[in-house]
Amino acid sequence: MAARTFTINDQLVSGREGETILEAARENGIYIPTLCHLDGVTSVGACRMCLVEIEGSRTLRPACVTQVVEGMVVHTDTERLRNYRRIIIELLFAERNHICAVCVANGHCELQNLAIAIGMDHVRFDYAFPVCEVDISHGRFGIDHNRCVLCTRCVRVCDEVEGVHTWDIAGRGADARVITDMRQPWGESTSCTSCGKCLLACPTGAIFRRGATVSEMERDPTKIAFIVAARDQRW
Amino acid sequence: MTRRILIDPVTRIEGHARITIHLDDAGTVQEARFHVTEFRGFERFCEGRPLWEMPGITARICGICPVSHLLASAKAGDAILSVMIPPAAEKLRRLMNLGQIVQSHALSFFHLSAPDLLLGFDSDPATRNVFGLMAADAHLARAGIRLRQFGQEIIETLGGSKIHPAWAVPGGVRAAPAAAQRAAIAARLPEARTTVLDALRRFKTLLDTHADEVASFGDFPSLFLGLVGPNGEWEHYGGRLRLVDSGGAIIADQVDPAHYREMIAEAVEPWSYLKMPYYRPRGYPAGMYRVGPLARLNICTRIGTLLADAELGEMRQRAGGIATSSFYYHYARLVEILAALERISLLLDDPDLDSGRLRAEAGVNQLEGVGVSEAPRGTLFHDYAVDPNGLIRRVNLIIATGHNNLAMNRTVAQIAQRYVHGDRISEGALNRVEAGIRAYDPCLSCSTHAAGTMPLALILVAADGTVLDTVQR
Ligand code: SF4
Ligand code: SF4
Ligand code: FES
Repeated sequence: MAARTFTINDQLVSGREGETILEAARENGIYIPTLCHLDGVTSVGACRMCLVEIEGSRTLRPACVTQVVEGMVVHTDTERLRNYRRIIIELLFAERNHICAVCVANGHCELQNLAIAIGMDHVRFDYAFPVCEVDISHGRFGIDHNRCVLCTRCVRVCDEVEGVHTWDIAGRGADARVITDMRQPWGESTSCTSCGKCLLACPTGAIFRRGATVSEMERDPTKIAFIVAARDQRW
Repeated sequence: MTRRILIDPVTRIEGHARITIHLDDAGTVQEARFHVTEFRGFERFCEGRPLWEMPGITARICGICPVSHLLASAKAGDAILSVMIPPAAEKLRRLMNLGQIVQSHALSFFHLSAPDLLLGFDSDPATRNVFGLMAADAHLARAGIRLRQFGQEIIETLGGSKIHPAWAVPGGVRAAPAAAQRAAIAARLPEARTTVLDALRRFKTLLDTHADEVASFGDFPSLFLGLVGPNGEWEHYGGRLRLVDSGGAIIADQVDPAHYREMIAEAVEPWSYLKMPYYRPRGYPAGMYRVGPLARLNICTRIGTLLADAELGEMRQRAGGIATSSFYYHYARLVEILAALERISLLLDDPDLDSGRLRAEAGVNQLEGVGVSEAPRGTLFHDYAVDPNGLIRRVNLIIATGHNNLAMNRTVAQIAQRYVHGDRISEGALNRVEAGIRAYDPCLSCSTHAAGTMPLALILVAADGTVLDTVQR
C-alpha cells in the first residue's frame, strides 16, 4: 500500500493510500472531534463534527470520510472550524431535550464531552422542546428519543456487525426518529436479538440499559471495533 | 364580617416569603396566611420518564433535602417492583437518612435559629446571624458548623456527592462504603455527641427565660403525624403511620403508608400554591396536624437508644406530656440529632454492611407505589403510577412543609395576636414572626437565608381590605 505524505496543522505526516484524514490524524496523535463516526462500522459523514479545512478546497470536508491525498495541506483547529463545531453542538442540544443533570449518561456522554471540550457555556439558539417518547418496552434496553442525536451508530452497528438491521430512521427533518422494525415498540420487534451492540454504540443517553438511573450508563464503544477485528481474523 | 382581599403590593415583592395578617372589625388579629407563590411543577416534569430515574430526578426538587426525596422515591420504586431490598441496602439507606437528619437539624439549629435564641429576638438584625453568634460564642458556632459538616460527610461517603446523590435506586443502593470509610465516620462520633449535649444544656435554660415565646410560638392543640416502628418506637425510614392528638391519645396507628389517602386529604386555597393537607376524618381545617421532629417525638413511645431516651423523658416532663408549642421543635431537633448519632454508631458496626448484596432486580410488578420516609422536616410521601413498562404516568408528592402549612398559618396568627398591636407592625413583631416560621424549618428558599435576613414581607390588612402597614426586609 503506497504511502501518502501531507501536512496537518503544519506538521508533516504520512498515511496509507485509501486511508481517511481522520485515521491518519489519529495515527499521528492529532485530535479531530467526532460524533457519528464509530470504529468498526462504515462512516457516513452525518454529524459534521470532524470538518477540516483543506487548502485549495472551497468547502470544508468531513475528515471521517475524506481520503488522504499526496501533498494536501489540512487544518483541523482553525477559528472557523471551532466556530462551526460549537454551532453544531449547540444545534444538537437545542434540537431535543437534553437535561444532563438527570440523564442516565451524565458524566459518560460523548455529546456532553464534546460540548465541554468546545467550551459551550450556553446555547444561543431557541430550544425546540419537541415532544419525544421514551420506549422501555424491551426487557433489557430502553430508547429515549429526547437524547438521540440521529448519528445512526445504532443503525449501522445493528446492520453491519450483528447483521440484523432492526434499527432504521423514519421521518424527515425535525420529525426524524430512529425506529425498531416497522416502527413498533422495541419490545415487540421480532428481528432484535437483544445482543446489546446498539447499547455499546450509542454516544449519548438515548439507548440505555433498562433500570439504569442517573449517571449510571457507562459503556465502551471500542468493543465494537474489537468484535469486528476479532471476527476478521478468524474468517 | 371579614373580607378576603388580594393584596397587590404583597404579590409584587419577589423572592419574599409573604405573610398577610388579617384583622377583624374590632381590629384584632383574626388569621394569618403564609403565601407560597413559587410553583416548581416537578410533578409534570416527571411524567413519561422511566421509574428508575425518579430518585435522581426528585433529589433535584430540593437542594436542601435531596436525600429525603432520594429515599422516598427509591421506596416508591421498591413498591412498584414489589421487591424486598437486601438488608445491607436498607441499613445503608437508613445510615444516609441519619446523616441527613444530623446535617439538616444542625443547620437549622446552629446556623439559623441559634442567633435568635442566644442573641435575643430584639437584638440588632445586622449581627443576629451566624457571624454574630461566632463573635458571641465562637466555640458553640464552630462546633455547630462541624456537626453539620459531619452529617454531610456521611452522605458524601455513601453517595459520592453531597449535593445530589443518585445513589439509592428502586431495589436498593448502588454502592457500599469500605470498612475504612466507616471507621473514619465512627471516629468523629464522640465530638458530635459532645456538641449536641452541650447545645441541649444551653437550650434548656432558654425554656425558662423565654416563657413568653414558648407560650405564643404556635402553642395550640393539633394532631401530630409521623412514622413509628412496630412497637411505636421512633422511626425515620421504615415503619407505619401514627397520628396522635395533643392529649396524647392515639387516633390512628400502624396505618400502611400506601393507604395514606384514606388518612390525608389536601385542600387548595387560591392564595397559595402549597396545598393544605389535613386529617380526612376531621375535615378542613379542623384536621390540622403537624409533622417533623416535634411530631416524631410526640408520637413515639420511645426512641430506643439510651441517651436520646433520657432526653426525651426530660423533654416530656418539661412540656407536661405532649409538647404543643412549636417552640419545642428546636428542642426536638437536638434530641433527634442525639438519637441519630446513637443509631449511626450501631449501624456502622453492623456486619450486614459487608454482604455485597445491595440491589434487588425485578420488573414492574405493580402499577402504583407509595414511598414514605421521614425527612428532617417531616413525613415525605412519593406516590407514583406507572404504565406496564415502568414509565411514570402520575406523580403526587406531599412534602413536610405542606403538612405543616395549616399549623404555620396558625402559628403566625398566634404570634401576631400577641405581638402586633394597633395598625403597625414593630420590628420585634417581625422578628418573632420570622422566628415562628423558622421553628418549622420550612424547606422554602427563604428558609435557607441566615437569621435576620430572611426575605420576609409582613402585611397588615384591616377588615375592609385596606393595607394598614407593610414591613419587609
Ligand atoms: S445525552 Fe448527553 S448531552 Fe444529552 S442530556 Fe444526556 S448527558 Fe446530556
Ligand atoms: S439512538 Fe443513539 S446511536 Fe442511535 S441514532 Fe440516536 S444517538 Fe445515535
Ligand atoms: S464524525 Fe465525521 S461527520 Fe460525524
